[in-house]
Parts: sequence; C-alpha cells; structure tokens
Amino acid sequence: MAEKTTVASEPTLAQTFSKGLLEENPSLRQMLGLCPTLAVTTAVTNGLGMGMATTFVLVCSGIVVSLLRKLIPSSVRIPAFITIIASFVTLVMMLVKAYLPALDEALGIYLPLIVVNCIVLGRAEMFASKHGPIEAAADGLGMGLGFTISLTLMSAVREILGAGTFLGVRVLPSFIEPMIIMVMPAGGFAVLGVLIAASVWIEEHPRHKTRYVRKKVAPSASLCAACPINCGIGDPTDEQCAKDEFVEMLEAAVEAARRDHEEAGK
Amino acid sequence: MAQYASILFSMILVNNFVLVKFLGICPFLGVSKKFDSAVGMGAAVTLVMVLAIAVTWPIQQLLVAWNLEYLQTIAFILVIATLVQLLEMAIKRFMPPLYTSLGVFLPLITTNCAVLGVTILTIDEGYTYPEALVAGLGAGLGFLLAMVIFSGVRRRVEEAEPPEVFRGMPITLISAAITAMSFMGFSGVIDHLFGM
Repeated sequence: MAEKTTVASEPTLAQTFSKGLLEENPSLRQMLGLCPTLAVTTAVTNGLGMGMATTFVLVCSGIVVSLLRKLIPSSVRIPAFITIIASFVTLVMMLVKAYLPALDEALGIYLPLIVVNCIVLGRAEMFASKHGPIEAAADGLGMGLGFTISLTLMSAVREILGAGTFLGVRVLPSFIEPMIIMVMPAGGFAVLGVLIAASVWIEEHPRHKTRYVRKKVAPSASLCAACPINCGIGDPTDEQCAKDEFVEMLEAAVEAARRDHEEAGK
Repeated sequence: MAQYASILFSMILVNNFVLVKFLGICPFLGVSKKFDSAVGMGAAVTLVMVLAIAVTWPIQQLLVAWNLEYLQTIAFILVIATLVQLLEMAIKRFMPPLYTSLGVFLPLITTNCAVLGVTILTIDEGYTYPEALVAGLGAGLGFLLAMVIFSGVRRRVEEAEPPEVFRGMPITLISAAITAMSFMGFSGVIDHLFGM
C-alpha cells in the first residue's frame, strides 16, 4: 500500500518539505553532518544557531544551484557547487559576526566548516541540481529544519543534564549535581548514540509500525560524489549501507592495485 | 624547541581532532573497521593536512595584505580541492607503490572537514609558518592515532551482541564515547610536561 503511493506520482511540495523533518532526517537517519551535530551541541543556543545558519545556506545554495543547473557543465559541477555554497557560508559568517558576536564566538571554527557539511553538498548534488528553484527551496528548508530539530534536541539533552539549564535558565533543582561529562566530547558521542537508538526504537515500535513504514531513499549514486566517504552505493539509509561495502570496495581496489604493481615488477 | 613539541603533543593528545574537536567524524566512523584501511586513511590525512597548511598559510598572508580576509573560506576550500587532485595524479604517476597504500584514500579527503578545519584553526591561533606546519603534523598524527585505536575497539564491538536497537551506528557511537573519555585523561598532561 505504502509502496504504491510513493512510486505513483511526483511528490507534492509539502511532501518535499516534510521528508527532511523525520523520515529522512539528516543527522538521525542519514547520518550526515555528524561533525557539527557532535561539536556545537553543548548549549541550546549554539545548536539552534548552527541549525539556522545551515538552513539559510541550504535554502540559498539550493535556489542558486537549481537556477544555474542547466548552465553548469556536469564535469565541473562539484567545484561549482562548492563555490556557490562557500559564498553563502561567507555571507552567513559576516552576518553572524555583525549581529550575533556571542554566537560567532561559541561556534568558532564550525561556522566556516558548513562548507564541508555533507548535507549541503549532498542536497545540491542530489536534489537542487535536478529540480526547479521552488522545490529546491522547499527541500532545503525541510532538510535544514530537520537538522535544526535534531541539533536542538541533542543540545537540550546535553545542556539539561550537563549544566542543569535550558536556554541558560536553571531547570534542574540545585541538589542535583550536573553531569559535566555530558557537555564534554565523550557525552556528545554517547547522547547521539542513544538518540539514534531511540529513533530506531520509536520507528520499530509495533504501535508506530503502521504509521512510519520504513521507506527507502531512492538509490542515487550521485549522493556519494558529495559524501566524504564516497561509498558508491548512494543510499545512506540502506541497511547494508554504504560504509561496509565501501570498505570492501576499497580493499578490493588496494588488492588489485597491488597485483598490478607486482605484475609490473615481474 | 619546547614550543614545537608542546604544539605537536597537544594537537595529538589534548586537542585530538576526532575525539575532542569532532572533526573528520565521517571517515572516522566509515573507514575504521579494518586496521589496514584505518592506517592508510590516517596517513593520507596527515600528508594532506601538512601540505594544505604549507599552501594555505602563505595564501592567508596574501589575503591579509590585499584586505580580502573574507575570501578565506572560498579560497581555502578551492585550493585544498585542487591540491588533493594534483597530489593524487602525482602519486599515481611517480610513486605507484605508495599509490596502492595511500593514493586510493586521497579522493575521499577533498571535502573532509578535518583538513579545512586545521588550516583555519592554525590561522585563528596566530601560529608562525613553522608552528603551523607542526600543528598540521600533530593534527594528522592525532587523527591517525584515533583511527588505529578505534579500529581495534571496533573489531571487538562487531562481535558483541548489543540490544536490537543499538546495533550498528548507536553502539559504535557509544564505544567512541568511551574512547573519547580515555583521551580526557590527557588534558593537563602537556602543561605539566612543558611547563607552559
């Protein structure tokens, strides 16, 4: 039933927008953009700020890539996309520096690093370069908000447990000692691990099974051109994902190259 | 000399790029399953980090001289992408044995946030040219160390049987958390060693 409806027609604008929020959530589902997800989520303001900055870059670069999609030759598209993205990141950096200096201080080096966030390049390559500007904007907004939601959720857990505050306001009674480990790097890995496990649990729970049928992202080899792992499978939500097969491919390539080299030696 | 050693070891242990600064998480989680791939990836990242700093540090001086600091991000990412491409071609052409062990990892590094991160970080810290190169070497070696340690941890984790929902990524992240915890023990060590 669910399969029929997904295959049948072009997704509407609302579907394009909403898929990034939950079912294709960048950090919790596709495991993209994990570096900022782990690094800046020590306080809710930082997570929210980072999410908004990334959303802005996603929407703007999506629109521009989509408008230029017929002009950019496919052989140089990745450098062209990176240049477009880097321009908008520079714009965001200037805006944040001018109007929110405290946020600029807190995000530091991670603000320019939006350039190499695989979500942004991934959406440019996988969606914006194949659709019109309005759809690209909806997709960018959905993915950006999905990213913002997961960053906010993650930073809320870490701030409440690690500092006892939410948005700087004390929420835990003072006799509960804050767990400093939660705002330390180790806490970041642990909270993300538990959140991903929780999202799997919610999805697999019998009560929810009928509502959230596990949908597969359409396999697309192009996503991999953008992903730093470059696995060649093109489907990060695939169960036998990317990463396993990627390592095998890599080993096969090394082995073949080694054999070639030995034969050349003889 | 002490100042270089201090930068080197603090980059490897205290400010470890993967486990403390969260840069380069994708290759860290993706390529750490086998020891050999982990070493190859780590070595390739170290090489590219040092070369990228060798190129971007002088470029930053030019940008500052021409009042174009706002172009830093665009300039750096394009220079790094070009550099990695050229490096791959050069290694393939002139050093085939090295290509088998290192070269295949190079295309994966172009859009790696650890490489762009280390170039921007050395500029922000205001390092001199030799200091910046040492910092790049330290960041790369720290990445290599984290990869090698984690590939060992991961082999054990693969054989374990966690609860259903924790299979795969969640348990890997939690073992990364425990590995990161061990690196917290190093903070303060460098200050005592070098009396800074």
